[in-house]
Amino acid sequence: MDLFLAYQSLIAFVGINGLLALSVYATLCCGQLSLANAGFMAIGAYTGALITQHARGVPFVAVLAASALLPAIIAVPLGLPVLRLRGVFLAIATIGFGEMVRLFFVNWDYTNGALGLVAIPQRTHLWTIFLALAGALYLLGRLRGSRAGYALEAIREDETAARTMGIDTTAHKLAMFVLGAAIAGVAGALEAHLTFMVAPSGYGFGRVVDMLVQAVVGGTAAFFGPVIGAAFLTVLPEVLREAGARLGFAPGPFRLFLNGAILLVVILFLPNGLVSLLRRRRAA
Amino acid sequence: MTLALQSVSRSFGGVRAVEDATFTVEKGEVHGLIGPNGAGKTTLVNLISGLLQPTQGEIALEGQRIDRLPAHRIAARGVARTYQNIRLFAGLSAAGNVVVGEHLRRRAPLWPRLLLLPSARREERAAAQTALEALARVGLRERAGTAAANLSYGEQRRVEIARALASQPRVLLLDEPTAGMNPNEARNVARLVREVAREGRAVLLIEHNVRLVMELCDRITVLNFGRVIARGGPAEVTKDPAVITAYLGEAE
Repeated sequence: MDLFLAYQSLIAFVGINGLLALSVYATLCCGQLSLANAGFMAIGAYTGALITQHARGVPFVAVLAASALLPAIIAVPLGLPVLRLRGVFLAIATIGFGEMVRLFFVNWDYTNGALGLVAIPQRTHLWTIFLALAGALYLLGRLRGSRAGYALEAIREDETAARTMGIDTTAHKLAMFVLGAAIAGVAGALEAHLTFMVAPSGYGFGRVVDMLVQAVVGGTAAFFGPVIGAAFLTVLPEVLREAGARLGFAPGPFRLFLNGAILLVVILFLPNGLVSLLRRRRAA
Repeated sequence: MTLALQSVSRSFGGVRAVEDATFTVEKGEVHGLIGPNGAGKTTLVNLISGLLQPTQGEIALEGQRIDRLPAHRIAARGVARTYQNIRLFAGLSAAGNVVVGEHLRRRAPLWPRLLLLPSARREERAAAQTALEALARVGLRERAGTAAANLSYGEQRRVEIARALASQPRVLLLDEPTAGMNPNEARNVARLVREVAREGRAVLLIEHNVRLVMELCDRITVLNFGRVIARGGPAEVTKDPAVITAYLGEAE
């Protein structure tokens, strides 16, 4: 029990990072590399924090719903033009959106600019996080093997062929983009109500790279892969923090170095991510 | 009249890939589209299936214009196709590919599946069963679980045909369906194409195997440099001097 209390915040971040990795997976599973999710997360976090601070008595469920809804709504007019772009161009355009969101909050005096909002009441519990995570996992898991799930796989494999099978590729890609935005928004609000604060610096380019690395390290061949990757990359630095300190590294750079090194190892030796270890064992 | 092309042209920059093509493909007919390499046959198939838009002219399906519709809407009107350079969903199984082909026929919203309703499972079983039957039709039932990427070339072509038929199209566009097949496989495909036409579908067949074209096609349209240079029954077309010139070159 002591151990549980000591690691409570670590466990919370496993869940939040799991949600964020899933939000990237939502677009990745139909072949779209979108990096807008730090921006959507920021919108969700600020939305939630502002509601909690200014409208007392609003139930937390309603706050989370608003934090999912606003990024989802913004994702529609953003997604319609940018999802026409392919590959690296989509990635660049969505990075641009993320930076726009960050700079908007840096310059918005109402939310104290770069300082952000502080003293947000703590309303997030471990069970809230893991309920949200379970919900996202269930949704994405049940999607596989459904008519829409097959359509998404077809889009990932060959978008042109998918179109001539009668699949409305734009609608499917947009739906997943919106779903990813909503998941990222919820994760942002959960984090804001866990750490008491939101600030633009928390939603920069590095944040979305973290999400992507976690999703890829876990593996996107299975819907639960991103969560495994998030858990692995959230826990490992804590385990190795001590080791890093003894070697004389500052904790921040050491974590980044380690993330990079692990990504390299996984891509070289486990191109389908950590989940391929499970598969291999099952096959053996 | 099922599929009708009226003065269809398409140019890429200065290159006129298809120029003033006019022909119809009727219900129950196998219509051959032949011509030397680069004659514009595949461009025509891309125009009909909506991957390209004509620069001029009209394409109509049962009297309604389809040439300005996006590709997925044209598919929904009943046009299915295969590709010259096979475009299967490589990561999916043979059966999975065919299930994707059933997309337009299935009524399977997501919510019953999310609520774990038995109706969703029934519908999925039916879809899987239909896919197996479609594969059996092209002689690949026992390969249903194999990843498309691991199938032989001829098998991949047959899965593509099964995938196209899974939508129960009114018009089937086959772009060199027997390329790279052994004679035995090609014969089976020919028999299947006949059957498909007899079901009342319109088939447009691009094919280089002359014997197959002669056996199979009710009418033939010959293209060269994007233009229709001859049309008619197999016997007429093979005697046409313009066709002989196009294939063999001018006599000195």
